[in-house]
Parts: sequence; structure tokens; C-alpha cells
Amino acid sequence: MSIQVQNISKSYKDNFAIAAVSFDVKEGEIFGLIGPDGAGKTTLFRILTTLLLANEGTATVAGFDVVADYKSIRRSIGYMPGKFSLYQDLTVAENLSFFATIFGTTLEENYDVIKEIYVQIEPFKDRRAGALSGGMKQKLALCCALIHKPKVLFLDEPTTGVDPVSRKEFWDMLKRLQQRGITILVSTPYMDEAALCDRIALIQKGAVLKIDTPENIISKYDKTIYDVRTKNTHQLIQDLKEYPSQYSVYAFGEYIHYCDKTDDFNSIELENYLKQRNHTEIEIRVSKTSIEDIFMDLTTLNQ
Amino acid sequence: MSQEKIIEVKNLSKKFGSFTAVDNISFDVYKGEIFGFLGANGAGKTTAMKMLIGISRPTSGEVTVAGYDVKTAAEMVKKSIGYMSQRFSMYDDLTIKENITFFGGIYGLSRNKIKEKTAQLVSELGLEDAVDKLVGDLPLGWKQKLSFSVALLHEPKIVFLDEPTGGVDPITRRQFWEMIYAEAHKGTTIFVTTHYMDEAEYCDRVSIMVEGHIEALDTPKNLKQQFNVESMNDVFLKLARNVE
Repeated sequence: MSIQVQNISKSYKDNFAIAAVSFDVKEGEIFGLIGPDGAGKTTLFRILTTLLLANEGTATVAGFDVVADYKSIRRSIGYMPGKFSLYQDLTVAENLSFFATIFGTTLEENYDVIKEIYVQIEPFKDRRAGALSGGMKQKLALCCALIHKPKVLFLDEPTTGVDPVSRKEFWDMLKRLQQRGITILVSTPYMDEAALCDRIALIQKGAVLKIDTPENIISKYDKTIYDVRTKNTHQLIQDLKEYPSQYSVYAFGEYIHYCDKTDDFNSIELENYLKQRNHTEIEIRVSKTSIEDIFMDLTTLNQ
Repeated sequence: MSQEKIIEVKNLSKKFGSFTAVDNISFDVYKGEIFGFLGANGAGKTTAMKMLIGISRPTSGEVTVAGYDVKTAAEMVKKSIGYMSQRFSMYDDLTIKENITFFGGIYGLSRNKIKEKTAQLVSELGLEDAVDKLVGDLPLGWKQKLSFSVALLHEPKIVFLDEPTGGVDPITRRQFWEMIYAEAHKGTTIFVTTHYMDEAEYCDRVSIMVEGHIEALDTPKNLKQQFNVESMNDVFLKLARNVE
């Protein structure tokens, strides 16, 4: 196991940030913590990177205990915090050489690890980090986290606020780092990124709702979700919510995702109901369940 | 949605030294429309939006917002619009009531009007028991909903939303969009930026900026047809890939 978390809890005054969280991350795995702001993702990262002490529970990273062996952990991991953490008034090259020096290495020694990412920012190596675009900052931060060839990489919301193109590129980079044997723990509020991880933990308000591979979470889900569309989306949401046997109604791109309480749901009946309410161009079909559907269901059940 | 133009942009450009951030863009937004303003990071969205809300002067081109020219009547533009961003929403160390009073005052509402609006807003959001709580103690989702309502206090014709749902949980994100729908239904124009491509599908029309230009502008349905793809995410990837 590359990371073992057992019953970790942390509270600030009376508020639980995380409550009795447990999970394991295997060596070479991309493990995703999926959840919105306030789920406790950052607190967990700070405990595992030895920057914060838990109130209860134990955890190991790369075989070292987060309390007793914190110095060994710091040498074995790379950490990219959620907020841009580099020195804004140092250049790209200076930031890299700063982080290399701190870890007692040089850019040349581990160049092969960062090469592929670094060549993309190399043309700007004399530019101050503060003057880089968002995507470039992200690449520099990743280089700095990798410069000492860590065994485990911690990425706290690396793609938040990043556009879909840069997000896709970033995940391609992570896949290639994984091929080098680096274990990656990554958090994200974007549910569509869950499918890119080997295994995920869905978390909300400090508690783990589910841990499994994204495929298993979807295939084991026992409810059927329907795509519903009519000409007037806004009115459709209102009317579906008033349908007597509705279980949940959520906008999902161009369709509304509808789930029914009963086992013998009949789409013709729903279609007639919508016709009575003056809907036109009605379309109802079985939907492809996504992690986001399941997350919303689990958080509702959890409340 | 009507055919009355509420925002008119003609040949708008903004240069910073030798760098052209916004390069000769033109488009119209109609009354009551939900208009999605998309683009990659660094494509020029923020620069363009700043010119539309009257806080940055265009290098060249014409912009009329709610009938006012942003160059000659920027103050009238500001009175006609609401603005909400993820970064700045409200004062964390003021209570809900104090925030509403403060922003009401800024927008020039009378004391009676502020009182009336506070009661209305608090009851619509179901926050009756929380009016004296500090905004900083509210969950993020509540803050976003409240800050949307505050941006609408002075009943603006247009509201600009800059990545309003970043980091919010998926259920709250949808509740927020239901508020947007309801407001557009009343005739308020919504101008919104987002990185969630499923949200782009909720817009009446969407524009996609690439390197200072508007590369595409149409309904989500037509854009998907035009690029022969299944989702807005794929439209975006096709247009914005390989540029940086």
C-alpha cells in the first residue's frame, strides 16, 4: 500500500472537517477524492502531507507514519496545493532551482521526470511566475512538485477553474506520470474527472460515501435514470417535480435526469402527463448513469 | 425571449501594448436571454466582460448596454446591471441583513425599499432564521445563492455572472441554475461564464472565444450539429484545442 488512512478525524473547535475517514491507495494507482468545497479534501491532504495533525486515527504514506516519520514522508512526496503556491516574483527557472535545492537535487539530475511538462514552459523560463497564464502556472507547479522524483504525488484540486482543454491535457500528463510508477492522490470537484481515476472516494461534509472503481460504482447502482426533454426546459423541471411518483429531478446538460420512486415506472404515463401540461417535442429514454447522478443521490440519502 | 437587443457589441477591441486581448468582436444579446460566454483561460473573456460592465475602456469599437454607450455613459451602465463573481461576493464579517443593507445603499435604494427587498429576499431563500448570522459562517452554496439575489436587489436589466458555480456541490449548482431560469423568465437578461460544459447546455445561446476572437456563436443545439458532436464539451474541445 502506498497510502493507508485509518479512522482519521479532524475537527476545528466544534466543527468536524473529516470524521473517521479510512481508505487505502495502492502503489501506482491514481486515486481520486471527489467532492465539493467543504467536503474535507484539503484537510485530508494536509494531514497526509504532514502539515496538520489529526485528532484521531493513523495514516501512513510510502510506508512511513505521518506523525513519527514525518521527515521521511516529506522527502518521498510531491505536493501541489490548491492555491498557487510558488514564488510569484521568482522566474520559472528560479522557482524550479529553488525547489530542487531544497530537496538536495538539481534540475539536471531528475530532468527525465519533468522533461515532457517542462518543455512546454521552457520558452518562458525567464518570466516571473506571477506573470504566467493559469495553464502555465499549473504546469510549473507540477514541475516543482516532481523535481525530487517523489514516490507519491498529492494534487489538491489541480484543475479547479481550469478550462476543459487544459483539464484534458493535465489528465493526460497524470496518466504518463502514473506509467512511471508514481502513485497519485488527486482531488477534484468535477464529477466527470472521476472516470479518469482507477478508484475514487466520493466524499461530502467530511464523510466517505463510497469507495470503488468508477465502473463498479456505476454498475452496482440499482436505480434507473431517465433522460427527459421537451421544448420548455424550465417548465419541464417544475412539472416533473410535481409528478406524484418522482424520486429526483435534476438538470443534466440538454436533458433532465428523472428518477421514479416506483419499480413499475411507465414512460407512456409520464408522457401523457406532460402532454396534459402542454409540453411538446417530448422525449423520454433510459439514461446512462453517471458518477454525478450517484453522488447527488448519496448526498441526499446522507442528509 | 424577445428580439429586443439589450447588449450590442460592434468591432470591440482591447490592446495592452502590443498584445491584443480582445480582437474585433461583434455580437448582440437579447432581452430575457441566458447568454453563455465561454472560452479557454486567457482567451480574453474577462477583458471583454470588463468592457461590457463599464470598468475598462475599449481601445476601439462600440458597446451599448441597456441602451447606454459604455464609453460616454459608464455610470448609467453600472446602474442598469448586476454583477456577481465567485471571487468577490459579499462581506464575510457582516451579517446577511447587513450585507443586503450595504449593497442596497450602494445601489441607491431608499430605506423603505431596502426593508421591503430584505424581507422578500430572505423569505424567498428561506433564510428567515439566519438573517443575523455572519455571511462568513454560511455554507458556500448559500453564499452563492444569496449573492445572486443581492446582485438583483436594484432590479437590473442584465446580470453578469462570472463563474458563479465554481466548487459548489452538484445539487446546489442545479438549484442555482433554477434560480437563473426563473429570473430570465421574468425578463432579466443573464450573461454568464462557466467552465462546466453541462451548464453551457442550459444557455439559450453560447459564444466561444478563442485567442481574442469569437469563434462560434449559436444555440447549443446548432453548435453540436455544426461540429457534428454529442456534447458542448466536444464542441469546446474541437474549437479550443491546440491553441495556447
